[in-house]
Amino acid sequence: MTVTRAPAETLSVLDRPNSYIGKTVPRPNLDRLLQGRGQYVSDLELPRMAHVVFLRSPYAHARIVAIDADAARRMPGVMSIVTGRELEPVITPWVGVLSHLKGLKSAPQHAIAIDRVCWQGEAVAAIVATSRAAAEDAMEQIAVDYEELETVTDMRTALDPATPVIHTSLGDNLAFERTLDAGDVDQALSDSEVVEADFVFGRHTGVTLEPRAVVADWNAAEARLTIYQGTQAPHMVQNIAALHLGLSEAQVRVVCKDVGGSFGIKVHIYADEMATYALSKLLRRPIKFVADRVESFNTDIHARDHRCRGRIGVRPDGTITAFEIDDLTGIGPYSMYPRTSAIEANQVVNLVGGPYVTPNYRARTRVVFQNKNVMCQYRAVGHPIACSVTEGLVDLAAARIGMDPVEIRRRNLIPDDAYPCASPSGMKFEQLSHHASLAKLLQMMDYDALRAEQAALRARNIHRGIGIASFIEVTNPSAAFYGVGGAKISSQDGVAVRLDAQGSVICQTSITEQGQGSESLTAQIVGSVLGVSMERVRVILGDTDNTPYGGGTWASRGAGIGGEAALQAAKALRQNILDVAAAILQSTPGGLDIVNNSIVNAGDGASRIELSELARIVYFRPDTLPPGIQPELMATRHFVPRQYPFAFTNGVQASWLEVDTETGFVTLLKHWVVEDCGTIINPQLVDEQIRGGVVQGLGAALFEKCIYDERGQLTNANMADYLVPMSGEMPDIEIGHVVSPTQESELGAKGAGEAGTAGAAAAVANAVNDALRPFGATITEIPLTPQVILTALGRI
Amino acid sequence: MSLPVAVSLLVNGEPIDALVLPRLNLADFLRENMKLTGTHVGCEHGVCGACTVRIDGEIVRSCLMLAVQAQGASVETIEGLSDSGEIADLQAAFRERNALQCGYCTPGMLMTAQDLLKHLPAPDRQAIREHLSGNYCRCTGYQAIVDAVEATAKTRAERPA
Repeated sequence: MTVTRAPAETLSVLDRPNSYIGKTVPRPNLDRLLQGRGQYVSDLELPRMAHVVFLRSPYAHARIVAIDADAARRMPGVMSIVTGRELEPVITPWVGVLSHLKGLKSAPQHAIAIDRVCWQGEAVAAIVATSRAAAEDAMEQIAVDYEELETVTDMRTALDPATPVIHTSLGDNLAFERTLDAGDVDQALSDSEVVEADFVFGRHTGVTLEPRAVVADWNAAEARLTIYQGTQAPHMVQNIAALHLGLSEAQVRVVCKDVGGSFGIKVHIYADEMATYALSKLLRRPIKFVADRVESFNTDIHARDHRCRGRIGVRPDGTITAFEIDDLTGIGPYSMYPRTSAIEANQVVNLVGGPYVTPNYRARTRVVFQNKNVMCQYRAVGHPIACSVTEGLVDLAAARIGMDPVEIRRRNLIPDDAYPCASPSGMKFEQLSHHASLAKLLQMMDYDALRAEQAALRARNIHRGIGIASFIEVTNPSAAFYGVGGAKISSQDGVAVRLDAQGSVICQTSITEQGQGSESLTAQIVGSVLGVSMERVRVILGDTDNTPYGGGTWASRGAGIGGEAALQAAKALRQNILDVAAAILQSTPGGLDIVNNSIVNAGDGASRIELSELARIVYFRPDTLPPGIQPELMATRHFVPRQYPFAFTNGVQASWLEVDTETGFVTLLKHWVVEDCGTIINPQLVDEQIRGGVVQGLGAALFEKCIYDERGQLTNANMADYLVPMSGEMPDIEIGHVVSPTQESELGAKGAGEAGTAGAAAAVANAVNDALRPFGATITEIPLTPQVILTALGRI
Repeated sequence: MSLPVAVSLLVNGEPIDALVLPRLNLADFLRENMKLTGTHVGCEHGVCGACTVRIDGEIVRSCLMLAVQAQGASVETIEGLSDSGEIADLQAAFRERNALQCGYCTPGMLMTAQDLLKHLPAPDRQAIREHLSGNYCRCTGYQAIVDAVEATAKTRAERPA
């Protein structure tokens, strides 16, 4: 591990004796999941609970002429069949726009379609029955008369005058457009070698192993709705549900226990979830919706469907003079709610060229509507596209001038001592470490030896490639992401910490857990700051009634924002405890410390009183305390970054792979990542976030693609035909760190959740092109299927 | 629709007599009738491996089998393997190595890993990767799982018989 900044002058709370910060400790409560005793929403049953299934449109675009559900209503176990028109009085429609994304437009979307369906899979009726099976039986008896409408599927022609406009009230199919022109691109390109390529990205999706699941329980007597949902953002769900059901937020409680995978898929509000809330209110009973796998593929948000023309200018000495992109993406028929579907394209514009010094950058992105499933934010939003375009162009530029890919990066990456600085797109960088990271990566992978091995194997007709990809990563988002655009999505988080009557600690946090280790990092920080052993710290999260208000866990914000709130809350509680201890012990707070669950002398470390004994006195014998002392053994603190809109991190990845030029198959041999996420709270958890992220990026690079036909039919909506990475084809992934803590918080932690996904596909694509260089083939399309590779080789 | 039929089987060693619809699959029977929700349903067509259980000693995808087909069989789920202590060392290795994040694939993964270790006590990493290839994990990237299975194999090999 390389530390780029000298530690602060004073000893921080993180350096206390027995600190858990920076240590690998097992996550609390893993046994529950290991023994099959997790509490996922799909496991939940409530008294009088009914099940809903949704009849979904088989057409990508059609008018609903009539729905005949009479026969279905007579089927056994059926309680109710509800159409969009019938649900309309219970829940209002929504429009997925944000004011800071200027010009972004979308059309009103209903919980269940009324009059018209706009993608294959949009719900047209809800069937509520005693079991999912009974509801599905009844669903087969519903007759819907559709009038098929012309579909808009190809993003490239969506804006043509001859193409029908999906929402006539909007005037055209353009949802959002952004342009940027920084420096002097024309001048820079005019005296450079210019390399140009079209980058194509497959539409893919998150494939959480537990599908989206919700149980909505309207208690008419309490006039309160309890929503059990696998979500990353409980308070956001509370706000949205209340808003559209005509309730106050106090009337809605959102509970989120174990979640079977999220990756950004479960940070949105889906129409079928809204319908489930509304059905519970309408039918006055608990209603459960669990998507099946076909529904997941057809309705979970998709991402990354971009086509991006990129240009780079380079001089013979390797100086990169400019980047230019023209990006196009199709997002389905609606901008998703409430985070919108313009964020990914916006991120692409923000991030292209980000690791490099050139000030010349021009970009355009256009976001268009089409009759396919909706697209929105999935892990590493925009990063894989920006990184693949940038790093693909850099490698093409290096090849053009005959320079090693490492050397061109050395000459153009922003120097490690140039910070703070800003990118041409206006992104502010506090402290990045591109050069230290690259140096570490080359050492880990033994770059020169690999190049020698590659050359030796080429002589034997074995074609291996090395691909390098530097990247920047957006983490710890402030209100700049959503709040400034009017979304009620909190960018601050809160933590409440209290000492209970036996000297244990209960900690309520507004960040959520989907397996990243939110509970662990909270317990590690609180235990370290308080001087309490981790097994005495219990963390409560995922319940809007029982945690402070906050954003949740997404965009790599849990550790950096929720972790800092935990640190500050624990510091406050620690001071309160020491104040009481000083009164009990006739000492001063400054003369005391808390170590190993006991109050000790700060000077000689001698034990004075155990925390359990202090708590006993405070809670049960306050009469023995000196007059005027009112102990407060609970403290709450909140945190949000204010100085930087985002805490940018950086890193670099490398892929070593072999291409079978006869079959087009790619074998991944090894993958390396060096990442700089600032203070590392738990090295194992950070590394596992990165490994998991890399493999999702490798899936995008080689396998994952939602394949639509020209009529807007998703043709591979099942796990057998939509390929995800399996253990047999994944490489071992070696991870190293450079540590540049953010000075914006005392904790210094930045995020690490996007890093792996951000650069993996770029590294693989560069490695494939490196392997294919003797054949003169260049591929700028993912997934790199055998068909794509053999086509590029001219074999098919 | 057919009427319920009687089925008798052992679930985690406990004799069970139940009336089930012929179309009920074993995964739903275990989850809904037996309330053994550790058997997870991920794809419902035999691809993802989350619903893996053991029937008469062999691992089976419980979403691809009907409950009535388990007549007379001995079915073991993650809850049974946990309570008997059979895989306590494997579970400890998963905990130490953080070989799970969301935990949804974990019961099936443990079932399949234990199956490998019973049939091949000293598998190399590629053999572990191949055997686990029918069990999808979207969180970990698999390496930690491979590490945990490898570590368990080594510990078991060193343990006196």
